[in-house]
Amino acid sequence: MAEEQNKKPCRFWIWASASVVFRLILISFPGNLNLSSRPEVSTPLTSIRRLAEGYWLKQASMSPYAGSMYHGSPLLLSVLGPLTVQRIKGQPSHLLCSLVFVIADILSAMLLRGIGQKLQMAYGLNARLLGFLKSSRDKVILPCGDIAALVYLWNPFTIVSCVGLSTSPIETLAVILALFGAVTRRVPLAAFGFVMATHLSLYPATLAIPMIILLGYGLDAPPIKLFLQTRSVENEKSSTSTVTKQAKSKQTTHLPFLWKTVMHFLFWVLLWSLYVLVLCALSLNKYGGVEEMFKRTYGFILSIEDLSPNIGVFWYFFAEVFDFFRNFFLIVFHVNVLFMLLPLAIRLKHRPCFLAFVYLAISSILKSYPSVGDSALYLSLCALFVNELVDMKFSFFLFCGYLGISLLSPVMHNLWIWRGTGNANFYFGNAIGYACFQIVFVVESVSAMLNHDRALRRSSSNHGEVNS
Amino acid sequence: MASLIRSWIPLLILQSFLVAIAFGSKEAEEFSEALLLKPLPDRKVLAHFHFENRAPPSNSHGRHHHLFPKAISQLVQKFRVKEMELSFTQGRWNHEHWGGFDPLSSMNAKPVGVELWAVFDVPQSQVDTSWKNLTHALSGLFCASINFLESSTSYAAPTWGFGTNSDKLRYGSLPREAVCTENLTPWLKLLPCRDKDGISALMNRPSVYRGFYHSQRLHLSTVESGQEGLGSGIVLEQTLTVVLQPETTSVETNMQPSWSLSSLFGRKVVGSCVLAKSSNVYLQLEGRLGHESKNVDTEIEAHKLWKNADFDLSLKPDRVLRESSSLLFIFDIDKSSDSEPFDLGLTWKLPSKWSCQQAPLQATRFLMGSGNERGAIAILLKATESQEKLPGRVVTDGRCTIKANIFQIFPWYVKVYYHTLQIFVDQQQKTDCEVLKKINVSPSTDKVSSGMLEMMLELPCEVKSAAISIEYDKGFLHIDEYPPDANQGFDIPSALISFPSHHASLDFQEELSKSPLLSSFKEKSLVRSYTEVLLVPLTTPDFSMPYNVITITCTIFALYFGSLLNVLRRRIGEEERFLKSQGKKTFGLKQLLSRLTAKIRGRPIEPPSSDSPAAQSSFLSSKLIFKIILVAGAAAAWQYFSTDN
Repeated sequence: MAEEQNKKPCRFWIWASASVVFRLILISFPGNLNLSSRPEVSTPLTSIRRLAEGYWLKQASMSPYAGSMYHGSPLLLSVLGPLTVQRIKGQPSHLLCSLVFVIADILSAMLLRGIGQKLQMAYGLNARLLGFLKSSRDKVILPCGDIAALVYLWNPFTIVSCVGLSTSPIETLAVILALFGAVTRRVPLAAFGFVMATHLSLYPATLAIPMIILLGYGLDAPPIKLFLQTRSVENEKSSTSTVTKQAKSKQTTHLPFLWKTVMHFLFWVLLWSLYVLVLCALSLNKYGGVEEMFKRTYGFILSIEDLSPNIGVFWYFFAEVFDFFRNFFLIVFHVNVLFMLLPLAIRLKHRPCFLAFVYLAISSILKSYPSVGDSALYLSLCALFVNELVDMKFSFFLFCGYLGISLLSPVMHNLWIWRGTGNANFYFGNAIGYACFQIVFVVESVSAMLNHDRALRRSSSNHGEVNS
Repeated sequence: MASLIRSWIPLLILQSFLVAIAFGSKEAEEFSEALLLKPLPDRKVLAHFHFENRAPPSNSHGRHHHLFPKAISQLVQKFRVKEMELSFTQGRWNHEHWGGFDPLSSMNAKPVGVELWAVFDVPQSQVDTSWKNLTHALSGLFCASINFLESSTSYAAPTWGFGTNSDKLRYGSLPREAVCTENLTPWLKLLPCRDKDGISALMNRPSVYRGFYHSQRLHLSTVESGQEGLGSGIVLEQTLTVVLQPETTSVETNMQPSWSLSSLFGRKVVGSCVLAKSSNVYLQLEGRLGHESKNVDTEIEAHKLWKNADFDLSLKPDRVLRESSSLLFIFDIDKSSDSEPFDLGLTWKLPSKWSCQQAPLQATRFLMGSGNERGAIAILLKATESQEKLPGRVVTDGRCTIKANIFQIFPWYVKVYYHTLQIFVDQQQKTDCEVLKKINVSPSTDKVSSGMLEMMLELPCEVKSAAISIEYDKGFLHIDEYPPDANQGFDIPSALISFPSHHASLDFQEELSKSPLLSSFKEKSLVRSYTEVLLVPLTTPDFSMPYNVITITCTIFALYFGSLLNVLRRRIGEEERFLKSQGKKTFGLKQLLSRLTAKIRGRPIEPPSSDSPAAQSSFLSSKLIFKIILVAGAAAAWQYFSTDN
């Protein structure tokens, strides 16, 4: 057993470094396999070509937002911009950018591993508290951190968006950093990740709810009622319980909400966002300032001006919908992202990390300019919950669906755009299929998680009955 | 008698008034007509009609015009136009054979479709408004869709690339506009004699539109009087340039075709327009011919010029002028009459060959790449044969250079990546600082404004070819933004290549008899050439699908919302039982309600027990009553607030 445990990390490192080597091989191909122009990989928000254009405009002392090319953060521009123009002789252009993205991917994977290890510990602790693992040592807890990190590193979506020169690895890194900070209770780090993620792509703003819950109540755990139940059973037995435990159980009738940490978090969020805004204002000093930035980044995201095809469903809808209804549907679609926040938060408040995963998955479905990088993020976050989601339904069907869509999408795009033999409906049909699979995935994972809690309750009550 | 005088007096007054007006304006307003004919090296004939109408400065607003078209003067006064040019063109000017380095080609070789530029004399903030109003006015005046230039996505404000340095200049072009006789008729209406008399009577529609090239131009500029209180004068220049193929019967292929006015136009000139101050016909013979006859100087030998071994003219020219490389025969058509119509003819006797002077670099533009996602635009500048002989080379730091300005408008749906601009000189890629002297970019904004690129290249004189390429992404438009023939593609307007250090002029050595055509040739004009119009096919959505797309997308949303909410609120049997057992202990709200209803009914509180059906029903009824009260309360509140308003 000990040997196996030693082997496991060793094997993890082998696979992780293999994935890095694989990426390095891919980025050294000239032209980057033309991945950077795939609509699945780079959206108007994440395309490096647009970033290079923004940087060029800025160098020519124009606003980087002049024209409708660049819609990203000015900070990203000043970090990645110089790298887009530097060329090493004999190497493919944008090699430096690719290296940055590879590093971002590695960091994300390591942070995911950290989150996973915390979650694994919490899972083991809870299971022991509830008394599942006391007797049966054979039921192994899967090392969800390693699995998630490897899923992240080897996910074709991640590889494609890393090699395809989109800035989504950096957005992913910011999101994972925020979660990592919240899980490890490093409040400033969490706040920084949260602010950066929101600054880069707006949608992670919904993560505020799970992060506050995470900081207030602690890590994912089965519902509090279960603990009460088990405690009461144990109290009735009162055979082995100590004084401290009794005191604890009394406390936990109402789980303490750590207001202080949350306030701390909010304070840091305020501080970091002020900092980011000041930096943006400084870099856009001559070109309209922060107001222009909000208009060109968040405004662009919310008003869906760019109708170029992507794997979402909005582009075709807004290319076809009558102008008269455009605003109405814009509101409806964006409100749909917000609608489910509260019900999910109420139902899954005991599992903030899972809640974060669900939020990210939902926003990746209903995003205005989605890319496979967003799917890569929520798929690897999903791998953090392998222990809980083992009973998930339709997993093979979903796997086949994702596979099929990712194979069909380039084909349909090619037929429509390059050959001219298909029409827009081909590609849109594909996007609709993808949206459906994602929806089924989210719904099934939420359902599986709720079922897992139910199963816990059932077994704990059985357990109690057996004990009594 | 008295009555006779009384009846005569008003008439006399009127007559004297009329005479005064006629005299006043006759001194002031001038109209002149001219026709330039020029055989072209590729067996074609160029006919260039030139009409000039001058209205001098005057201090009276809303004045009467004798000759000058009122519509134009109103236009100028209303929109404060300083200078304006409108051209309708069909066909493409062949720079190789028809010349690219003479005033005629640099002024009359225009891009396909409609081109309009105007300089305004209004404050900077009102320029755009004036432009929009002007386009609408012109659209009505010339029966063309010039009003499409109103939208900010179709015009640009060039700073220096266009050749006229003014910040109140607006430029727009419509490559798709079809030019036909309905545009010519209003244009002719501006002439005092229309096409009834004089040179313009030659404009037989079928022969004019049968040509290889047809460009109808209207240029107006205001002349400041310099005096206080006087308004500004207007010079209206109307030209029509056609390139025609004379019908030839000769079998010899290297023989230039002989032609006459009647064979070209199917009409003859019968007398000049009586309102014209001067009406002349010019015949320009270019190239080798000119050189040969250069040494012929005296008047007597000039007589030989029009009947020699090479060619014969059917009429004796009134005068002959010569320039460094060409001969100009001048004919006055005043002498012609109905009985003796003016029908100039040229008969070639020997095969002859000559070439036209070309611009230093010949520009072509083409698209690269395939597919409907992205592509690149390339402009290729090729050195012409005559390049080395041309004047206007600039020698700086011991290097001989040619300057070339490139001015290009990009519609917003061609999303240009300016950072991908690459310049190749003689197939070698050059960095920007080597050849690119100046660049001005105004990027396009989606659905708001078009993009503009102005570049000044400084190329070495010995350059063979230079290429510029720039990449772009094709935009995706809303279904309403496509024209009815969406699959035909979209046009990118012509790029303008001008050579700021080269100026074309024809200087005929003799003192000119104030002929407006020749004096306009004498002015140095910027050498410019327009490139081809590019046709970019854009991806189209399915135009029949809006309802399907809306319903399907909304179904997706319903699926998402419904199924997720269903999962969240689903309770499984045992869970419900658990809740019930919990509910027995803590009944909170329900208990309160039943207590409340009991109080209302004035009965003692019944302890709720799930197994007694009576209690259930009473509880149900209490629930019902509560609901009713709630609804009634809401209705009352609604009523209250709505009446309050």
